[in-house]
Amino acid sequence: MASVTMTVNGKSVSGDVEGRTLMSDFLRNDLRLTGTHIGCDTSQCGACVIHVNGEAVKSCTMFAVEADGAEVATIEGQANTDGSLNVIQQAFQDHHGLQCGFCTPGMVMSAAALLKDNPKPTEGEVREYLEGNICRCTGYHNIVKAIMAASGQDVSAVAAE
Amino acid sequence: MPKDGGIGASTTRREDVRFLTGKGNYTADINTFGQAAAIFVRATVANGVIKSIDTSAAAEMPGVLAIFTGEDFVDVGGNPAGWLINSRDGEPMKEPKRPVLAHGKVRHVGDAYAAVIAETEQQARDAAEEVIADIEELPAIIDMAAALAGDAYVHDEIATNQCFDWGWIEDNRAATDEAIKNAPHVTTLELVNNRLVPNAMEPRASIGTYDAAGDSYLLQTTSQNPHLTRLLISAFVMGIPENKLTVIAPDVGGGFGSKIYHYGEEALVLAAAKKVGRPVKWVADRTESFLTDAHGRDHVTKIELACEKDGTFIAFRTETLANVGAYLSNFSTATPTFLHGTLMAGNYTVPNVYVNLKAVFTNTAPVDAYRGAGRPEATYSIERVIDMAARELGIDPVEIRRKNFIKPEQYPFGTAAGLEYDSGNYDALMDKMEAMVDRKAFEERRKQSEANGKMRGLGINAYVEACGIAPSNLVGVLGSRVGLYDAATVRVNATGNLSVMVGAHSHGQGHETVFPQIVGEMLGIDPQSVDIVHGDTSKIPFGMGTYGSRSLAVCGSAVVRATEKIIAKAKKIAAHMLEAAADDLDFTDGQFTVKGTDKSVGFGDVALKAYIPHEFPIEDIEPGLEETAFYDPANFTYPSGAYACEVEVDPDTGKVTIERFTACDDFGNVMNPMIVSGQVQGGVVQGIGQALLENTTYNADGQLLSASYMDYVMPRADDLPFIAVDHSDGTPCTHNPLGAKGCGEGGAIGSPPTVVNAVIDALQSGGKNVTHIDMPLTPARVWAAMNNA
Repeated sequence: MASVTMTVNGKSVSGDVEGRTLMSDFLRNDLRLTGTHIGCDTSQCGACVIHVNGEAVKSCTMFAVEADGAEVATIEGQANTDGSLNVIQQAFQDHHGLQCGFCTPGMVMSAAALLKDNPKPTEGEVREYLEGNICRCTGYHNIVKAIMAASGQDVSAVAAE
Repeated sequence: MPKDGGIGASTTRREDVRFLTGKGNYTADINTFGQAAAIFVRATVANGVIKSIDTSAAAEMPGVLAIFTGEDFVDVGGNPAGWLINSRDGEPMKEPKRPVLAHGKVRHVGDAYAAVIAETEQQARDAAEEVIADIEELPAIIDMAAALAGDAYVHDEIATNQCFDWGWIEDNRAATDEAIKNAPHVTTLELVNNRLVPNAMEPRASIGTYDAAGDSYLLQTTSQNPHLTRLLISAFVMGIPENKLTVIAPDVGGGFGSKIYHYGEEALVLAAAKKVGRPVKWVADRTESFLTDAHGRDHVTKIELACEKDGTFIAFRTETLANVGAYLSNFSTATPTFLHGTLMAGNYTVPNVYVNLKAVFTNTAPVDAYRGAGRPEATYSIERVIDMAARELGIDPVEIRRKNFIKPEQYPFGTAAGLEYDSGNYDALMDKMEAMVDRKAFEERRKQSEANGKMRGLGINAYVEACGIAPSNLVGVLGSRVGLYDAATVRVNATGNLSVMVGAHSHGQGHETVFPQIVGEMLGIDPQSVDIVHGDTSKIPFGMGTYGSRSLAVCGSAVVRATEKIIAKAKKIAAHMLEAAADDLDFTDGQFTVKGTDKSVGFGDVALKAYIPHEFPIEDIEPGLEETAFYDPANFTYPSGAYACEVEVDPDTGKVTIERFTACDDFGNVMNPMIVSGQVQGGVVQGIGQALLENTTYNADGQLLSASYMDYVMPRADDLPFIAVDHSDGTPCTHNPLGAKGCGEGGAIGSPPTVVNAVIDALQSGGKNVTHIDMPLTPARVWAAMNNA
């Protein structure tokens, strides 16, 4: 077992983990932050995306010990300080960018990472960036639309509804 | 009615807030004090005799609490098929037992033959590695035709691999044969409807808990229909009395059919919880999902379309082999038959239809309903062969369909495949689709593509489907062993807010938002004061759950009926309060008013009166304000659509790019257009996935080669354009109180032939003599077809 200490959503946390403990399991099982989801076992689906030191990371693909000392952000820390939805979350609700909600935490975290680096992405850039996030419900239509809207772009001309 | 947020409003979803903030409550998120973990030991061969299973070493591993094998379940029942199909000769289908854990033989890769319960998941996983099974591998039975011809069987006790040989409608067979023999033109197409894995993003998970004090059980599980799961466990598999078993399906991360069914893991965690005296939790990994979730489609079909030289349809005849896999999943026998054969007249007045379908056991995962369930297979066969016939006859693909459409004045229309369609307007859908596509402009777009070195094609398609399943009386005659009503309880609380308990389960469909829109509209109150309760058998009335696009058409209708009962009772109470006759009251905007006067009382005051019944006519009216309704539909609902797809094909690589996709649907009256559009877009993309990307591949040994997201190609954002949808002018369903038709599956039904028709059109326009390619139209397949043509 190894001791780890890190900052998660602004709070300092620590725990004892096995060498094989995945970051996603540490978040879900030890910290009870179950908003980070596990949808596959091959780092493909992206439901587990978090931010580690500001970078989007698939938390099923790193060990908890690797995050020792890191600054970590998860879906649970994304809302505004008054509890209201942040701009990206609000755009997902406004544009029906989620259905079952399972891929949603990873989508929101990926979208945040994209917009940090590319504040006004084109449709093609959004689609390409989401290559590592799989959604089975929405056909991505409203996810792409929501992310473009969250970046301040006018999406009223996007096909239908 | 409410000022906003009622029927027809694109109200944003209230459930989104918890999902967007990481506060969803999926089964895998639930952790209970003292819980243990279950891990299953699964077959690595497709077909084999279990000679022995040695669990002694595993039992000594750290943390192990119990180990189960098939031997532990020989005395409990099998997981049953929910629908009896009779063969053409009258013989009932073959129903080999589907045990909780494999016993005697393993029959597909992933078939579980043991389960280890340990303190932690990692300990259970480590111990599972130490379970030593001596399994004598037998040749795998994979190919359907070979399975029927051979003398080795998936289930030795039935001595055949044919589950049934079904004819629909058998009495029409001779006339259809005769019509085809005499027809001026017959187009024949052999096709494969590719096997798919549903791939809800949340893997299945189950937690069993046993309460010794009450001898009662709790199952928390990833289900689309908790009451159906409870019924199957109680009545067939475990024999736990229904009143001693609560099934809760909390937030569920997508289903698409795969979570309709009861699976052995659910029974196992319940048995294990009792044995070890602690809650037992199992969460599938994605590989297990690929190996053991019920798959979809997997038909091999020969279809013939007989027509006049002018394109008038005379007959459709099909012969199909349908894979049911190694065991009969709960709806696996209904899906290729009554959800498929009955749709083989499509949108058309064709007078002759005959369907022959043989269901085949193989050493593969069970196959059952997946989004669309039978209707995508019907639509694909019909609409592909029509496109081929149009090309052979030199008739425009839109015109040949219009020529044969059922016309608006012909409803109700009894089709040659035995259904009575209640409403529709296929020409109007086609008009709208043509306007949105603008075929003149398409020619310009095609020239542009050609200038860029690409071939461009336009594929069009019409579909009709039967959903909102189903009239219990009808399905009972056809072999269903369950009823298919749904139920709702509307509870008006004393302070005027409402709890509505529904039998449907929401796992992405937005029930928590839409059902309150309906109740709010009917009662003239703010929908925000209505909360939906679903997914817990201890709280909701007995409902059949969510599949077959039935939540709104069936359960929504039950919500309407229960709310009508609330209004009727509230009116009596209001009449007493206003000292008037109930018949003299109007109810509008949440106010009961004596006609022609200004005397009125609000709904909230009536609710309070119902619970504080002072000065109350207790001899005439019971206190309280709570009503339940069960709704059993009179017919299926029949959504329809006209779809168009434009593709570019790269002549050098065979890569297909979807450039535009247009979906015009008739869902009758629409409750929440935003949500309906989302359903269509998601369904269309699943259909595009089937058409271009997704394929489930077993090799000859029965190994699933496509068992991860590295190998099974899911549609991703960069495979797709925006999807243009329209559902603004539906023809209302004539037999349910909302006038609504199911909208959950149309997209997945209408899109695959649209895409394939577009690719064939592109290749033809590029001078390639290709008339058909089997799905998925991967670059390799398209390139091979082009270069052999």
